[in-house]
Amino acid sequence: MMNSVVAIEGLRVVRGGRPVLDGLDVAIGPGVTGLLGPSGCGKSTLLRSIVGVQRVAAGAVTVLGEPAGSRPLRERVGYQTQSASMYDDLTVLENLRFFARVLGLPPPAAEEALAAVDLGGHRDGVVGRLSGGQRSRVGLAVALLGAPDLLVLDEPTVGLDPVLRRDLWALFHRIADAGTAVLVSSHVMDEAERCDALLLMRAGRIIAHGTPAEIKESQGAADIESAFLALVEQGDAA
Amino acid sequence: MTPRVTVAIAVRVLTQLRRDHRTLAMLLVLPCLLQALLWWIFQDTPLVFDRIGPALLAIFPFFVMFLVTSITTLRERSGGTLERLFTMPMGRLDFLGGYALAFGAVAAVQAALAAGVAIGLLDLDLRGPDVLLVVVGVADAVLGTALGLFVSAFARTEFQAVQFLPAVVVPQILLCGLIVPRDRLPQVLEAVANVLPLTWAVDAMEHLATTTRTGEVWRDVGIVVAFALAALALGAATLRRRTD
Repeated sequence: MMNSVVAIEGLRVVRGGRPVLDGLDVAIGPGVTGLLGPSGCGKSTLLRSIVGVQRVAAGAVTVLGEPAGSRPLRERVGYQTQSASMYDDLTVLENLRFFARVLGLPPPAAEEALAAVDLGGHRDGVVGRLSGGQRSRVGLAVALLGAPDLLVLDEPTVGLDPVLRRDLWALFHRIADAGTAVLVSSHVMDEAERCDALLLMRAGRIIAHGTPAEIKESQGAADIESAFLALVEQGDAA
Repeated sequence: MTPRVTVAIAVRVLTQLRRDHRTLAMLLVLPCLLQALLWWIFQDTPLVFDRIGPALLAIFPFFVMFLVTSITTLRERSGGTLERLFTMPMGRLDFLGGYALAFGAVAAVQAALAAGVAIGLLDLDLRGPDVLLVVVGVADAVLGTALGLFVSAFARTEFQAVQFLPAVVVPQILLCGLIVPRDRLPQVLEAVANVLPLTWAVDAMEHLATTTRTGEVWRDVGIVVAFALAALALGAATLRRRTD
């Protein structure tokens, strides 16, 4: 793909003497891409490799034309880890102002990011006292600081109520429409339909890559969960 | 290293401290109270207080800063904030420098308060200049911060981090000359004491207490600062952008 945002070739990651990813190749384009697979299949390891904090044994990860984790990317890639990754004893605004300062952004950037996730009303609330959904949105606001070109979100919707999940996915699409590529991981298969493109992952391998319609059609399945099962059975038989 | 980022981290650490009244009290009030307790214990033998008091002024900042830093940096490592910062334009030295700056500033206040109480209220007899007492206190605190940052890399939980206190700090307190003057220790222990940083911090305070000359004090401060820089360098080596 010529216009791929993330290009990965032969990525190999070994953790605790065991290969988690072994010769993984994938290209990720613009729009909202969902990385779906069961817990422990290597989703977080792949995302950490893309943002450049994972120790990599072999392979090349190129993000926006630069090697993953290199200096120029640190202002252009927003990342939210699986935990909220914020200071619980600071207020929402203090957290955002701190990360904005690290990024070298002017103070209004914090307010803008807060408005984008619709949390202006909680700006002076201490993060430790917020609900799971609110924390998740503050984490997202931090990742949005400085309008990055790529947003990498590790399971941002886990454990949230359906209404909030729907709102977050709508937000991801608004962000993507504004030109930021969004890569979201989830272990909940029914979130697949909300993505422009899908990567299905199992046991360290990408077993399918395409639009939700393409993947369902290729397996003659009614939903992504059935398509996933069909792909796994084919893989086990082969 | 980017000054903007270093200062941002220092300001953020201080903001967190301001929120945490209990920790702030432990950092600022507790050393004064312990000093007063000691004075009371030796009420009838003020000569002993004059000998031990200065040593404690060296030990408190080291002890407290070691504890606070090892736990706070462990939280940064395990809570994901360090990982997030490493995806941003932050260097390792910004992180270390930010912490050293913030806790150095707290230490200056702590040392000034403790010294004020010891000299002003408890009649601690000091020959050297009072200001140097604060300088030594800050150097000790930065040493504690640097060692705390370093050992936090070897703890997985806060429970483990606290266990480094008896392992790393207590032996230094036992050997620094507080209990038995160094020259009266068994030879091997004296040699060990001579390569432990806290020994030189206490040595600096003892010189301040007994003579008006400041040459030895500055030499000791230099040694403490050198240890602190070495510990910061080791700490930097344990901070990795890419982890498993």
